Amino acid sequence: MKSIIQSAILILLVSGILLFINAELSEGSKAGKGTITVYNWGEYIDPDLIKQFEEETGIKVIYETFDSNEGMMSKIEQGGTSYDISVPSEYMIEMMKEKDLLLPIDYSKVPNIKHIDPYFLDLAFDPGNEYSVPYFWGTVGIAFNPTLLEGQSFESWDDLWDPSLKQRVILVDSARETIGMGLNSLGYSLNSTNPQELREATDKLKALSPNVKAVIGDEVTQLMINNEAAVSLTWSGQAADMMYENEDIDYVVPEEGSNLWFDNIVIPKTAKNIDGAHAFINFMLDPEVAAQNTDYVGYSTPNLSALELMDPEVVEDERFYPDEETRSHLEVYKNLGLELLGVYNERFLEFKMDMK
Amino acid sequence: MNKSRLRSIYSIPYTAWILLFVLAPIALIVYYSFFDLAGNFTLANYRNFFTSVYLSLTISSFLYAFLITFFSLLIAYPTAYLLTKTKHKQLWLLLIIIPSWINLLLKTYAFIGLMGLYGPLNAFLETVGIGKQQILFTDFSFVFVSVYIFIPFMILPIFNALDKLNPALIDASRDLGASSWTTFRRVIWPLTTNGVKSGIQVVFIPALSLFMITRLIAGNKVITLGTAIEQQFLVTQNWGMGSTIAVFLIVFMFIIMLVTNGKEKGASDNGKAR
Repeated sequence: MKSIIQSAILILLVSGILLFINAELSEGSKAGKGTITVYNWGEYIDPDLIKQFEEETGIKVIYETFDSNEGMMSKIEQGGTSYDISVPSEYMIEMMKEKDLLLPIDYSKVPNIKHIDPYFLDLAFDPGNEYSVPYFWGTVGIAFNPTLLEGQSFESWDDLWDPSLKQRVILVDSARETIGMGLNSLGYSLNSTNPQELREATDKLKALSPNVKAVIGDEVTQLMINNEAAVSLTWSGQAADMMYENEDIDYVVPEEGSNLWFDNIVIPKTAKNIDGAHAFINFMLDPEVAAQNTDYVGYSTPNLSALELMDPEVVEDERFYPDEETRSHLEVYKNLGLELLGVYNERFLEFKMDMK
Repeated sequence: MNKSRLRSIYSIPYTAWILLFVLAPIALIVYYSFFDLAGNFTLANYRNFFTSVYLSLTISSFLYAFLITFFSLLIAYPTAYLLTKTKHKQLWLLLIIIPSWINLLLKTYAFIGLMGLYGPLNAFLETVGIGKQQILFTDFSFVFVSVYIFIPFMILPIFNALDKLNPALIDASRDLGASSWTTFRRVIWPLTTNGVKSGIQVVFIPALSLFMITRLIAGNKVITLGTAIEQQFLVTQNWGMGSTIAVFLIVFMFIIMLVTNGKEKGASDNGKAR
């Protein structure tokens, strides 16, 4: 009995000391204008910029990451953590607006908005950019490694169905992208609400099964870099990451069309430090910061002044900065509502079940 | 009087725990399973479960869980038996248990490297003369990695059961002329079935709902109930359907518990009768 009490006291004592040290440590850095909590996608900011922001403003940044729009939204909806900044994609901004989860942006505190290309402002998902500020944009396409292939090219989505690609194609574990690819390959809209079209797309995807090596997430980057995989359905910035490490890899957006997406910075309802959040947004829109960030992240920046500071070879690369003419063939995701999102997911599950 | 009051005080933590963390969540899951996306009361989720992909999903989940449990048992039983015969058995046991302290995700990522086209496993196959094989993203890799992860949980209860076995019983059996096989079948196995059953319970039930490994190791070519539940909650935000699948998972769990516990009685009765 005595030894139990002794060890209990010991454990309490150690915990108390650790708690005290922890509080002391965070106390030191809390000086200045408080903290902001940034909730962003993984690998989606240059960590040096966070340090620079902290030094310039005295605001401490707590940085957390998510890996899906939906997961991010349900966490913000539940409250709990007071996120001051988040970076959802366009259809999710629409949904979060509907659910009243966003705070309006005060543009008197974001003068750097003048650097943003007007093409990316005032889009259908957020008229007048009342709630969101452009961060990055990009496309969905095919990354492939010609050295591992026998001269196949990917001008059309249908090229993925080529029998010579048996067990070599990697798809992304996301219903909208994969079903959307099936819809696009049939010439349908990737926002299709027509059950008949969705059925045809699913059946067409099932015919792709023999060629599919795996359906995975971000792990695909490493597999492509290591020459483990030859072809993958992927986002433009992820392809840029692959190409940065492995020069053999190429990226193409097939001609039938594909998805054009925008990730914008928002201030969720959970925000506590609204001034700090605005300071962060303004900082990220600064041309030099945006140029450095784009260089690190690899996606396409909507910041015109930043483009002038960047390597012209990157900026003129049509694969990552398609001109407006090409962009007009691409489609932006619409918020289809939960009912249809469920249908897309069920079809996707059906396709995955069929893969053996 | 005083004693019974003391006992009721002791039971507070247990009762509170069961109520808050076992009964309340199950009740909530059952409650949510009766609502559709718009928040209306409905039985549609249950109908959906039996008419759409979820039924075949359940069957394939069971199939893989059976395979995983079977191979775990196949490896764990002889291993546990061998361990009880070694000199420093607690040390050897510890060495088997230690890997289970390492984060599951880390171990899984390690297997991606090991089983890759340019990984050590394929390098070995190539020197042996078999040539490169696609190991990752197959049924084999999924079952293999799952078995690897679950094996410590299977070994532990079997080891305990074997360790408690009185060696005199085995000597007696041999003295009475039983062969090694008969001794195993009539004496060792019946007396260790309890360990085997708890091993099966701790492996089979989690194996039904594995979900990270299905993506990382099987490339989503294997889908389990866990994947479907995760997707319903996080992506589709259809809590009703997610809860419905979870309700079925709980029901299956109870059935497995009942089946494994029921057999146990029969076996020990048998032992006594003889």
